[in-house]
Amino acid sequence: MAAGNPRGGIVVEEAGMLTTVQDLGRWGWQHDGVSVSGAMDPRAHRRANRLVGNQDGAATLEVTLRGPVLRFEESCRIAVSGAEFELFLDDYRVSSDTVLRADRGQALRFGRRTDGARAYVAVAGGIGVPPVLGSRSTHIGSRVGGFEGRALRRGDRLPVGPASAPDTAAAEKTPAARASRRPVGGGARVHVLPGPHCDLFPGADPVATLAAGRYRIRPESDRMGYRLEGAAIAGCDIGGLPHGFLSHAVPAGSVQAPPDGGVIVAMADRHTAGGYPRIAMVITADLPRLGQLVPGDWIEFVPCDMNEARVRLAAAEQE
Amino acid sequence: MTLAKGPDWTLTPDGDAALLVRFEQRIDPVVNARAIALAAALRRRRMDGVRDVVEGYATVTVHVDPASADIGAVTEAVARLARETGAEDPPAERRREHRLPVCYGGAHGPDLADVARFGHCTEEEVIRRHYRSAYRVYMLGFQPGFAYLGSVESSIAAPRRATPRVQVPARSVGIAGRQTGVYPAVSPGGWQLIGRTTVRLFDLDRPDPFLLHAGDVVRFEPVDRPTYDRLLQQDHGAGALHEEQAADAARGVDW
Repeated sequence: MAAGNPRGGIVVEEAGMLTTVQDLGRWGWQHDGVSVSGAMDPRAHRRANRLVGNQDGAATLEVTLRGPVLRFEESCRIAVSGAEFELFLDDYRVSSDTVLRADRGQALRFGRRTDGARAYVAVAGGIGVPPVLGSRSTHIGSRVGGFEGRALRRGDRLPVGPASAPDTAAAEKTPAARASRRPVGGGARVHVLPGPHCDLFPGADPVATLAAGRYRIRPESDRMGYRLEGAAIAGCDIGGLPHGFLSHAVPAGSVQAPPDGGVIVAMADRHTAGGYPRIAMVITADLPRLGQLVPGDWIEFVPCDMNEARVRLAAAEQE
Repeated sequence: MTLAKGPDWTLTPDGDAALLVRFEQRIDPVVNARAIALAAALRRRRMDGVRDVVEGYATVTVHVDPASADIGAVTEAVARLARETGAEDPPAERRREHRLPVCYGGAHGPDLADVARFGHCTEEEVIRRHYRSAYRVYMLGFQPGFAYLGSVESSIAAPRRATPRVQVPARSVGIAGRQTGVYPAVSPGGWQLIGRTTVRLFDLDRPDPFLLHAGDVVRFEPVDRPTYDRLLQQDHGAGALHEEQAADAARGVDW
């Protein structure tokens, strides 16, 4: 364990709805079937890390919808970014997107959520769980990484890695706070490139169908994927393929159209490969925005081209 | 939008964070060997900004970090290697043959009877037709260490179950159409379960955690229940058999 003091670290007093250790993902093993996972809103994850002087890839805690209570058993710098919650350090109201000092024994408490779905708690030095295959991200489906491969529970004690000296210069370079925010109960417009299998749809252009209306995120959505309801994508001619539709790699943001007409967007915990036609691809710049959505929210898909995707990513990286 | 192509492949973008090489879309060892060889060559290059190279049945996907990769240079390298690599199988030291002992039927293979019905044959005949073939590892995916093996004889190529199981026990051997495979860990799954092996497909305590790699060959060897129980305890420790039986009993409703 990275933490030298077995009595130190962070004790989980309440787990929240789904609190997991995440970093920027477990890359390099997808050809062995290992899912990438990682922060659903990597921009908020990065912002929290930069505030406390961590590298972008340091592990944070991803908090979902209902936040945890975390007691710090060693003094540390912390920052919370992403979804907006009422935050308390003991009984004091504190702000997100700013560096906080938690003294030994103090507890960070999440209150009412007012904006977004997922917040990130960064601690100077990072969450010090041992890396698995090069990453500290939790992939719950395969029980790999994070804290024992699972969501946090009451009573867990998380180690904290060694902190570097406070770096105010890095904190000042932190991306603007409100970049990936959205109003509660709303949704997001995201830009899409055409997917690789549009030619399997002999009828209407599936991207045009996708872009024509609003989709809503169904309840059975999670870190693996968002199942959407809205205009059905009809007419995929899988039966006409001599060997059926062959499984192949599925990048993040893939908009998949299974034969039942539904729409599934592949998110952080997606399987490495899948067997559904992919009609559109959400651009990388807009993936963090998807990560802040909850079931019931709407999504509008806006077609764009590769050049626009790159311009938007460059702009997002500058935020 | 085609970026480059050759006699038997095309290269296109796959969103703004991946490139996709497609070969002829068929389940064919020669096509698959071509994909595996290209993926291996690309992995050896270790290009900046390339995060993953993943072979499918008849594809290679190159995952890039669009914020840091030189997409033009990566595209150029992929196209050049697609032209230069042939359909050679992976190097001999990586292309191994594996023998997996399987206890077929009973609690370990709850769908054996359904597959027999599909094949209009006896359960014994399903078992024989399953183990008499040598299978190619076409690709990995779905779970760490899960290998898509082919091809199952068409007479026993039963389709996936209409309703997937919530919990498939670890090391279950299943059939889905002409594919067969072994679930490395407990997970939801829709394949027809015909048996269970004792061998671990994914083990982080091994220097190479993954038993199977694309291009490998897998043979299944039928073993009886006492042999299965003995091998399980031999490989997983004295308590393993008891633990597995307790887990199966707890899962009872699902069966």
